[in-house]
Amino acid sequence: MQEADAPQFRPGEHTVEVPVLKQGPFLIATVQAALTDDDLVQLRKAMIERVVGSRSLGVIIDVTAMDIMDSFASRTLREIAQMIRLRGAETVIVGIQPEVAFAMVQLGITLEGVVTALDLEEGLDYLNQRFKSNA
Amino acid sequence: MSQSLRVLPNNWRGGSGSQTPLRKFQLRAKVRRTVAKDAERLERTALRHHDPEAPALNGTALLLRELVSHLRQNRTQLREEWARRITEAQLLTAMSKDEIFAEATAVYDQYVEALETGTFEALQAYARSLSERIIPRGVETHEVVGIVLLLRDVLARSLFAKYQADFRKLDRILDAYEPAANRIANTVAVGFVQERERVIRQQQEAIRELSTPVLQVRERLLILPIIGVIDPQRARQLTEQLLRGIRTNRAKVVVIDITGVAAMDATVANHLVQTVEASRLLGATVIVTGLSPEIAQTLVTIGVDLGKMNTVGDLQGGIEQAERLLGYKVVPISAGG
Amino acid sequence: MNETIRVPIKSDKDIVAARQKGRTLALSLGFSETDSTLIATAISELARNIVTYAKKGEVRIRAERQPSRRGIIVVAKDKGAGISNIKLALQDGFSTSGSLGLGLPGVKRLVDEFEIVSGNGRGTVVTIRKWKA
Repeated sequence: MQEADAPQFRPGEHTVEVPVLKQGPFLIATVQAALTDDDLVQLRKAMIERVVGSRSLGVIIDVTAMDIMDSFASRTLREIAQMIRLRGAETVIVGIQPEVAFAMVQLGITLEGVVTALDLEEGLDYLNQRFKSNA
Repeated sequence: MSQSLRVLPNNWRGGSGSQTPLRKFQLRAKVRRTVAKDAERLERTALRHHDPEAPALNGTALLLRELVSHLRQNRTQLREEWARRITEAQLLTAMSKDEIFAEATAVYDQYVEALETGTFEALQAYARSLSERIIPRGVETHEVVGIVLLLRDVLARSLFAKYQADFRKLDRILDAYEPAANRIANTVAVGFVQERERVIRQQQEAIRELSTPVLQVRERLLILPIIGVIDPQRARQLTEQLLRGIRTNRAKVVVIDITGVAAMDATVANHLVQTVEASRLLGATVIVTGLSPEIAQTLVTIGVDLGKMNTVGDLQGGIEQAERLLGYKVVPISAGG
Repeated sequence: MNETIRVPIKSDKDIVAARQKGRTLALSLGFSETDSTLIATAISELARNIVTYAKKGEVRIRAERQPSRRGIIVVAKDKGAGISNIKLALQDGFSTSGSLGLGLPGVKRLVDEFEIVSGNGRGTVVTIRKWKA
């Protein structure tokens, strides 16, 4: 597993690091807690650049640390998945916590059309299965 | 309910026995009230002229002050009498004499304090903490109501004994005492009942949790058999339990069996759908088994596309499908019989 | 502990601040993780509406203690243009996934009590309450 550099976002005075690691043909982005809307927008931009730049086949976005998933976050994640799909790659969102999942369905946001898995291990498993069958 | 009548002091409202003075007092109440009101007015005027520095307290406040100091002065014997009568009336049998006396002391002091300050927050808080202590001991509502009314009676009689020479004064003091005493009785009783209701709710919650186990039958496979009536609260609890179970057991497939559920209203059906969606967010596939035609209809009514929901006729079939999804080979047991 | 927590809402950072404070207060009042998440999510949606539609406003959060229950009250107010058709906004067609994302029906589902006062040009005040038995 190679370590890629962590892109730094600087919207205003607020700095957020979303570490993105490369594992074989896949990218793993680990989101930290307390992402502002701006951070999410930056994340979307950065993910596309990284996918294009590294010609990844798949992306895992780990949201374990996100204590809230609201409508904006869910919309942005779906947009990220859509844009990545346009580049021919797959996205898997992993690490949604039980309380967060509960709040999401109550609020009415379902992340429809986006693949989700329990955690990083499951996410990688899924991507490996997908690309094994395509090999 | 009749039980609670028995434990009320049976000579408070003129039962058998020698309480003639009390009865006479009640009979003349109406007449005396008119007299008392005039007297009060006169007294207030007199007071103002007598001591210009005295705050313009109305008659009631003064009377209550007098009342409170009487209750404080006679604290020891009044408490003892009350505790004695509690035992006589066979209340608080779950507690020992010492315990009864200790609680009686605390209640007495709170009672007097509430009379003095006219505020009831401290009493409310005390009533709650008292209830927390005695409910697990099996003390019931009628006992709490009974002891509070007994105290009221003990204090009223003590006032009567003190002021019996002056009916007008007695009448006024009781007038001042009654509303406050009623409010105190109410505060304590209501506090107790609320605490009891809270405890009952907690117990119900615990029972619900126990009766809806999330079972792990194989690795990565959970079964949630639902039996009986589901209300929205229970449905929500089920969802939370299941989601936590998915995370803990790292389940990839969940079989929710609703064979044992007779009917579901739209709200609960909605919860079921939400459970399926939330499980998916955790990466688990849900198979619903035992869907009756009625429930299927309810789901369609609330707009669920049953074609999209993974349903199988019975639990066994659901488990088999789950195992297939997980990559297990399914071998019929009775093969080659 | 009955002070009101006031969070001025002007930017997306404030949305995060408001919801985190709401979550912290909810947990300290004894709400479960799940309920605290629901409350924080509701605050996030309401605060975001302020930023999106009114540019600025305020979120106030406080505890409410009654004899038989404890709860949390959140008031989200702004002096924006207001919602001209509240009834329409509260219909389920106007969900958060749609482009007309006020998300009010969704917020309603997260809480026990929901009130909204909004008038043309007079701003909007949304009050939500959640109780813990």
